[in-house]
Amino acid sequence: MSQSGSTPTREVARRVFATEFNDAGYTFKESEDERAPVYSLLPTGESANRVFFVGTLTEKDDVGEDNEYWRGRIVDPTGTFFVYAGQYQPEAANTLRELEPPAYVAVVGKPRTYETDDGSINVSVRPESITRVDAVVRDRWVAETAERTLERVARFDDEGNEYARMADEQYDRDPETYKAAALAALEDLDEAGEGSDGSDPESETSLEA
Amino acid sequence: MTDLRDHAEAIAEQFSDHLEPSPDVDEIEAKLDNLVTDYRVPVEEARRSVTNSYLDEAGLERDELGRGGSERVDVAEIDDDEQWVDLRVTVVDLWEPRSDAVAQVGLLGDESGTIKFTAFETSDLPLLEEGQAYELSNVVTDEYEGRYSVKLNRTTSITPIDADIEVGDNAVTVEGALVDVQSGSGLIKRCPEEDCTRVLQNGRCSEHGKVEGEFDLRIKAVLDDGTEVHEVIFDREATEDLTGVTLEEAKQEAMDALDTTVVADGMAEDVLGRYYRVTGPTLGRYVLVNELEEPGPVDVEQALINARSI
Repeated sequence: MSQSGSTPTREVARRVFATEFNDAGYTFKESEDERAPVYSLLPTGESANRVFFVGTLTEKDDVGEDNEYWRGRIVDPTGTFFVYAGQYQPEAANTLRELEPPAYVAVVGKPRTYETDDGSINVSVRPESITRVDAVVRDRWVAETAERTLERVARFDDEGNEYARMADEQYDRDPETYKAAALAALEDLDEAGEGSDGSDPESETSLEA
Repeated sequence: MTDLRDHAEAIAEQFSDHLEPSPDVDEIEAKLDNLVTDYRVPVEEARRSVTNSYLDEAGLERDELGRGGSERVDVAEIDDDEQWVDLRVTVVDLWEPRSDAVAQVGLLGDESGTIKFTAFETSDLPLLEEGQAYELSNVVTDEYEGRYSVKLNRTTSITPIDADIEVGDNAVTVEGALVDVQSGSGLIKRCPEEDCTRVLQNGRCSEHGKVEGEFDLRIKAVLDDGTEVHEVIFDREATEDLTGVTLEEAKQEAMDALDTTVVADGMAEDVLGRYYRVTGPTLGRYVLVNELEEPGPVDVEQALINARSI
């Protein structure tokens, strides 16, 4: 009902771990239109115009020359996301300026790729929002992202999975690597949970919304 | 003999509140089978006969069991699977069956809302017509991932009725991470004209022009589960519930800052990136939030079990 009743044109925020996201260097458009959205091709066979992730902000630097341009390193169980926020992302830039690492943050943003001098492709995130969250949100994201990743890997060889075929062509990577990373992330969560109650190490009073 | 099994389960269900212990389904099925297979009694007659034997045992009159024995319910009341129920519904929509085993699939509705139904080829039932009202007795409820549906079966009786059933607005439940707070959220002003609740843009109502607006709170947001996005609206009550900020506090906050946008900014900071589950009726493409839940800590054990089964 809700699916058929509404056809929102808003792009879904994909759930993807850093290790897979950073491998998603190939981008494409679905139409010739200049303003058509740009998608990153996830190596597990999915298109991503937007991502949502939760991790630990471990470092932030103002790397801008004339204007503020903040770079944040946000770590998940598999690797590091790089986010860049400048004058066109004022809220996200504000948040990065004010946050003291380490802190759990949730990020909604768009994948961006750029070619480095040595010809390799770097993948980063241009944030739409960055908010501080607690460990409960972070753990939920890890579990959810593991599930979504495993689902993509399971669908990889399905007939008619056009993005998987595209990934086959563009990347020389075995989707099973991402499956292993997703399972390891979940097992990690399981072990961490056995030692503690999983609450935020810093704030006993978790953020209540 | 699955159809006899269906009848047997229906009979057992009818008597589950009347006999202690409830009659055994296998025993009922055996009795039915004896009549149908060995004595060539038509199924309906066999069912009547077996039902009568239990009526005697329970000391009940037939009509004390109610029509057909199963309980008449509104579709919105259905919150358990494998219940035998009766419905009084209109066929709202018929869909294309995806499987050859399915004779019909679609949506039934009554005043309380709508529910999916499935009828199987093997049940050999008359086909339902879109827009027609029916009394359906002996349908079985089913549940998949928290959503309920009903299945018609060989014992279901289908009676077209001459009734105009107004189909109610179903509440839906959606969940996901709150990934966006849309413009028009926070402290807003509404047109005070009677029956007009339009939100003012720069102090103007699109219908009544420049008016002295009345303050209100709302949040228009997007919940995203990684597969689908849902737009949701929190009205004043739901917004206060979500953020803990009351209308009075929001007005004060805006007054202190000489700026109403601080309210929405503050709320966005509190809710963006968190997971929510909301329930409410749909209005166009929005879900109006009546109930709000924050899923607690994730069940890691369960997540691992799910993950390994994918």
